[in-house]
Amino acid sequence: MREVFEPTSLDELEQVVRWAVAEEAPLEVIGRGSKRGLGRPVDARAELRLARMSGIDMYEPDELVMSAAAGTPLIEIEAMLAERHQELAFEPADYGVVLGGPANLQSIGGVFACNLAGPRRIKAGAARDHILGVQCVTGHGETIKAGGRVMKNVTGYDLPKLLAGSYGTLAVMSRITFKVLPAATDRATLLLSGGDMTKLLTALRRAMGSSCEVSAAAVLPERATARSAVPEVAGAGRALAALRVEGTATSVGYRLDALMRVVARPAGLEAIRLGADATRRLWREIRDVRLVDALAPLLWRVTCAPTDAAAVAARAAPLDPEILFDWSGGLVWLALGHVPADAGCGQIRAGLAPGAGHATLVRAPEELRRIVPPMHPEPVLLEGLTRRVKQGFDPKGVLNPGRLAAAI
Amino acid sequence: MDMPEPDGAILARQSEIVARLRALVPSEALIVDEALRRVYECDGLTAYRALPLAVVLPSTTAEVAAVLALCNAEGVKVVPRGAGTSLSGGALPVTDGIVLGTGKLNRILEIDLENRTVTAQPGVTNLAITRAVEHAGFYYAPDPSSQIACTIGGNIAENSGGVHCLKYGLTTNNVLGLELVLPNGEIVRLGGKHLGSDGYDLMGVITGSEGLLGVVTEVTVRILQKPETARAVLIGFPSVEQGGSCVAAIIADGIIPGGLEMMDRPAINAAEDFVGAGYPREAGSLLICELDGPAAEVDQLVETVASIARQHGATFLKVSESEEERLRFWAGRKNAFPAVGRISPDYYCMDGTIPRSQLAHVLQRMRAMSEHYGLAVANVFHAGDGNLHPLIMYDANRPGELERAEAFGAEILKLCVEVGGVLTGEHGVGVEKRDLMPEMFTEADLAQQQRLKCAFDPAQILNPGKVFPRLHRCAELGRMHIHKGAIPFPDLPRF
Repeated sequence: MREVFEPTSLDELEQVVRWAVAEEAPLEVIGRGSKRGLGRPVDARAELRLARMSGIDMYEPDELVMSAAAGTPLIEIEAMLAERHQELAFEPADYGVVLGGPANLQSIGGVFACNLAGPRRIKAGAARDHILGVQCVTGHGETIKAGGRVMKNVTGYDLPKLLAGSYGTLAVMSRITFKVLPAATDRATLLLSGGDMTKLLTALRRAMGSSCEVSAAAVLPERATARSAVPEVAGAGRALAALRVEGTATSVGYRLDALMRVVARPAGLEAIRLGADATRRLWREIRDVRLVDALAPLLWRVTCAPTDAAAVAARAAPLDPEILFDWSGGLVWLALGHVPADAGCGQIRAGLAPGAGHATLVRAPEELRRIVPPMHPEPVLLEGLTRRVKQGFDPKGVLNPGRLAAAI
Repeated sequence: MDMPEPDGAILARQSEIVARLRALVPSEALIVDEALRRVYECDGLTAYRALPLAVVLPSTTAEVAAVLALCNAEGVKVVPRGAGTSLSGGALPVTDGIVLGTGKLNRILEIDLENRTVTAQPGVTNLAITRAVEHAGFYYAPDPSSQIACTIGGNIAENSGGVHCLKYGLTTNNVLGLELVLPNGEIVRLGGKHLGSDGYDLMGVITGSEGLLGVVTEVTVRILQKPETARAVLIGFPSVEQGGSCVAAIIADGIIPGGLEMMDRPAINAAEDFVGAGYPREAGSLLICELDGPAAEVDQLVETVASIARQHGATFLKVSESEEERLRFWAGRKNAFPAVGRISPDYYCMDGTIPRSQLAHVLQRMRAMSEHYGLAVANVFHAGDGNLHPLIMYDANRPGELERAEAFGAEILKLCVEVGGVLTGEHGVGVEKRDLMPEMFTEADLAQQQRLKCAFDPAQILNPGKVFPRLHRCAELGRMHIHKGAIPFPDLPRF
C-alpha cells in the first residue's frame, strides 16, 4: 500500500518533499482530494495530503485580504467571509459531485491549485486573479515565498499566478494570501426564452456588451432546464438564457429594467425575473455543473470565444451530448452518455483551431485518462517551455508527475 | 548602482554585429549613428544612462525572432523598450547590447466588439486602444498616468495599474492573449479570446516580468463597456489619520469605488497652486472618491460615502454635479507629479505598497526621515489598494542631494516592507530597486525566480542587470543540494 503523509507544519511538509526528492519518489500532492479525478492519473510512491495544514491565519475585512493554510476547507473560509458580508469574487466551483465524490470537501489550496472559477469568471476573473501571495515548498525541497498581502505588487515575477492552475506540479503551496471582496446585498436573474440557441447566445453577448454589469450569463438548452430544482426553470419547457445582476436592491432593479430594454425587447424574447433565493440556487447548479447528467461517463469542458459557442456545440452534436453554456458562451459543458474510443476528442478537441480555446476532459474513467490527455495538449514549442518551467521548479519530477501531461 | 561589467569582446565586435543585424531588418529599422542612439540612452528614470551598441526597430514578429535568435547565438544582450516611460530604469540600455524597440510594431490588428477584445501590436499606446473602441462605448480599463505615451507592450512588461485598478484590476487581469518571442527566436502563443487554459499560466508570469523573459509581439486585451455614470466626491479631513479611517470605513461598508485617491497637505497645495482644482488648502488629507456604474446605484453610493465621510470628521465635502466638475476634481491629482516638479528643481517618485492600516504610521515615520535628510516630501496615495507615491523633492545641481534623495527613498521602501508591504506597486523593480530585493526576498526566493528566468532565457541575454541583485549562471541554479537519505523525518504522521 502507498504511504500517505499528512504533515501538520511547514517543517514537516518540507521534510516530506525533501525525502521524495532524495529518494526520487513521486508524490501525489492533494489538498483534501475533491478534485483528484481531474487530470491524468498520477503514478506515485506516496501521497501527500494537506488536510492537516488548516486554519485561517489572517483576515482583515477592511483591507479585503485573507491568508489561510492550504488545507483549510473552503466552506470554513466562506463561512468566515459571510459573517462580514464578503466572499471570494471568482465564485469557486465545487466539482466534488461531478468527480464522483461528496460536495463541500475541497480546500482553499485545491481551489487555487486548479484555478477553477464559477459563473462570475466573466466579470470578476478566475482564482488566479485573486491570489496575492504564496508560501510553498518547491521540488528543490526549499520553502520560498512570492507575492505579498497587498493588492498592487510588481516586486519580482508573479509566481503566485504561475502556481494557480499548476495542479501541484511545481511546488506544494502551504499558505495562500488572497483578495476578498464585498458580497452583493441583492441579486436577481432575468430568464429569457422564445428564441433558438443562436438567438439566446446572441442575447448573452449583447448583455455582456452593455453597461448593465451582468455578473453571469448562461444558456440552458431544454434538457438542462429539466434538471434544475428551480421551479421557474424546470417548468420552462424550452431553452432559456439566464442573465444575473448583483448589487444593491435599487441597482439590481434598475439594471433588470435596462436589460429588458437593450436585450430582451429588441430580440423579441419573453422574460421573467427570478428573485434572490432562486437566483442563488440556479447559479449554484450552473457553477457546479449540475444541469447536465451527473452520472454521464464523460464530461468535457470547452473554453472558446463566446461567438464560437454554437460551433463548438454543433461539432459535438453527432455525440448527442447534454450541453450547458456558461460565461456568455465562452464555456461549453458537454456530457456524453456513452464512451467513444477517443472519448470524443475528434469532434470536441480536434475542431478547435490552435489558440481558439481549450477542451478539458473533466470526467472519464481512469484507464481512458491515461490514453486521452485530459488537459488540452500544448503545441510543441509551448510544451518545451512548459517542460523547462517544470524542470526549474521540480527537477526530479516528484510533484504530481504526469498530472497535467504525460511529459510534465 | 552597478551594472554588469560590459563584455569587451562584444564591444570590439560592434561593427560586425551591426552588419549581421543589417541583414535581418530594413535599413531604416537599424539605428547606428551615435547621436541618434543617444535618444535611447535612458528611460523615465533619467538619472541613469548608457549608450547601446545599436537600436533595432523591427516591424514584424519574424524580424523580432530573427534579431533575438542572432543575439542569443552571439551572446549579444538585448534590452526591450516600449515608449521608454519606465520610472524604474526597466529600459535602461547596456553598452554591450542592443535596444530592441517596439515603435514600428504599432498597429491595432483586430477589434472584436462582439467578444469584447482588441488585439494589438505591442507598440500601440494604452490610450489608443480606448480611442479605437470608444465610438461603441467601450474602453480599456487599466489607465496608468502615462497612458498617452506608454505602450501596451510596456504595460505587459510592468503589469501597469492606474487609478481604477481596485475595481477593474491591473494589466494582468485584463489581458487574454499574448504572442511571445523567446530569446532563441521561438514564437509561442498564450491564451486568446477564450478565458482560461489548461497548462501553466505563463501569461501571468510574463505580465510584470520587466522584459526579462521574452519579447511580446501581440497582445489581446479585454475591453469593457463604459460605466453609465461616474461621479466624484472630494473630501477634506484635518488629518491623514481621519482620511485613512474614512477609506477603511468605505470599503468595510461594502463599497468598491472606481477610484479612491488620497493626497497629503504638501501634495494638495502643490496641485492647487498648479491647476486650481478647488482643493481645500488647509486640509491635512484629501480624498477623491469616484463612484461609477448605473446611475441609480451611483446616486445611492454618493450619499452613503458622504455620510461615512461626515462621521469620520470631514471638514470639506463636494460632490461633482457635472462631467466638467468631475474632471476638474481629478485634474489636481492627475497633475500632482508635474505640480511638485514646479516647486522643486527635481523630484524622485517612489512607489511602495503598504497595508492601508499602516498609512498614518508610515507617513509619520516619513516626516521624521524628511527632517533627517533635509528634503521635503509630498505624498499621493492610491488609497484603495495601498500604493503610495512619495515625491521626494531635491536639487540635482546641489552636490550630494541626489544621493540623499536616493537614500531617503530606499529607507521609505524598507519601511514599506517592514510594515508588511512591498518595494514596488506598479513602477517595477528595474535597476532602481534591484539592490533592495533582498529586503523582501531570501536567497532561496530569488534563486527560484531566477530558475524561472532560466526556463525562458538560459543564456540570460534579455535585460541583464535588472530586477535581480546578483546574477547566477543557470547551471549553478539547477544544482540540487539534497542527498539521499540525509534527512530523516521520524516524527512525521503517517497513515
